[in-house]
Amino acid sequence: MTVPDGLRYTPEHEWVAIDGAIATIGITAYATEALGDIVYVSPPAPGTQVTASEPCGEVESVKSVSEIYSPVDGEVIQVNDGIEDDPAVVNADPYGEGWLFRVRLAADDEAEPSGLLSPDEYAALTQETD
Amino acid sequence: MTAPDTTGGKTPAPSRTGSGERSQEGGETEGGQKTTPLLEVHRRLGATLTSFAGWLMPLRYASETDEHNAVRRAAGLFDLSHMGEISVTGPAAGAALDYALTGHLSTVEPGRARYTMICAADGGVLDDLVAYRLADDEYFVVANAANAGLVYQELTKRAAGHDVAVRDVSLDYALIAIQGPNAAAILSRRTGFPSSASLAELKYYASLRAVIGGTPVLLARTGYTGEDGFELFCPPDHAVSVWNALAEAGAGDGLIPAGLCARDTLRLEAGMPLYGNELSRDITPFEAGLGRVVKFDKPGDFVGREALAARALAGPGSRLIGLIGRSRRIPRHGHRVLLDGQVIGTVTSGAPSPTLGRPIAMAYVRPDAVDAAAAAGTPRAVGAAASARTAAQTAAGAGRLAIDVRGQAEPADYVQLPFYRRAK
Repeated sequence: MTVPDGLRYTPEHEWVAIDGAIATIGITAYATEALGDIVYVSPPAPGTQVTASEPCGEVESVKSVSEIYSPVDGEVIQVNDGIEDDPAVVNADPYGEGWLFRVRLAADDEAEPSGLLSPDEYAALTQETD
Repeated sequence: MTAPDTTGGKTPAPSRTGSGERSQEGGETEGGQKTTPLLEVHRRLGATLTSFAGWLMPLRYASETDEHNAVRRAAGLFDLSHMGEISVTGPAAGAALDYALTGHLSTVEPGRARYTMICAADGGVLDDLVAYRLADDEYFVVANAANAGLVYQELTKRAAGHDVAVRDVSLDYALIAIQGPNAAAILSRRTGFPSSASLAELKYYASLRAVIGGTPVLLARTGYTGEDGFELFCPPDHAVSVWNALAEAGAGDGLIPAGLCARDTLRLEAGMPLYGNELSRDITPFEAGLGRVVKFDKPGDFVGREALAARALAGPGSRLIGLIGRSRRIPRHGHRVLLDGQVIGTVTSGAPSPTLGRPIAMAYVRPDAVDAAAAAGTPRAVGAAASARTAAQTAAGAGRLAIDVRGQAEPADYVQLPFYRRAK
């Protein structure tokens, strides 16, 4: 299973790319394989304040629905319009074109957000539950 | 994300080597689950496996939507070896089944089959079945995997006193289905017939003996997808060679393997009930709109006759309807159906429909609410231009009929089942 370097992960199978104060968030290839074909994604709307580990949206596949948990604290500044029209792109390219939303990290959170997993830690987690 | 709350998704226990254990009932098992003779084939194809009715089965191979579309446009290959098979033989086989089941099986011609049900004395559905009459004194009954043991027990009990032998032959057969508009052409390339029979003469709901890739099979023109298609019963030891023969024959015709996920969305589009969702002990065939399977005009008594006759007279306690969602959120089993904000029923099955491009659902609603629901939620035309009349009705009823999808009322349209009917 692909677990790219340079990203951070959560036990809820999300990934985070942090660039300065901006975090881009998506779901992992492990998650997309477990879900099957994704047919609808409802990310939090721009302007929404999100809190780490709290649900903020949902992902529907043919067989199931799962909540999206924000990996970080902050304000949603952008959602991926491309997945509105073509949710299958999340299956096809979960770490690229299939990103879900971007968050401006809360101002007092200067250091890297806590509680996130390294690629090695996340890879180990998914192997355990495999 | 939370882990998917579904029948599948997670990869199963780690692969084993060797040939597995024998279960107490016989047959292969892995991690306490029964396995079909095609398990290693599925693994080689990269299937995501799932636990279904105690069996380890392929949920999907790659994209379940692609698998669904392949069956609608070309063909799909399914492993259905989990289904139960029961043989009923003897001079009184027809009479025994007339008593045990809702159908009039003694009038079925040899070589033909019937969709039928087995009910409890109170009329509740114990299972829905396909019964094949193979010869004057030989029937072959196919039951759902989850109910196969119960159906065998009930048939044995109900056949007592008749000159008939009831045998559970589930482990003697693998079941492979090939379904879709190209199924007949693919199959004809690899099928030989011992007699002068031919595939073209094999009618819907009929069966005959044939040979595929050197293996003798019982070949039936039946299925659960809403397409033309075939089901092949063969000895388990030959399942891999039959599967491979068909996969090779169909490779140039768009045939791909298809899993249980596609099977479920295909049958839902075709308006076919699934035991455990639309059918259960708590309902009779009349609620499911399948009262036609109950043959009151057959001679003699049958199990459930009195209760079913009373239900036929009184009318169903609820009615199965079709709904098409207007939003993109998917109605799921257990979601409430709302009319003007009031609960009128419950969704039994729901899924995104690949063919319609919209969410679809079947639901049981109160009989007295059906007419109002139909008037309130007239379907928008799907896949075609809406007529002015339909558009006007839709505008008038907009939003009155809805499905409560996790706390939010999502507008829905009422439709006559099925959602999809193939062009003949």
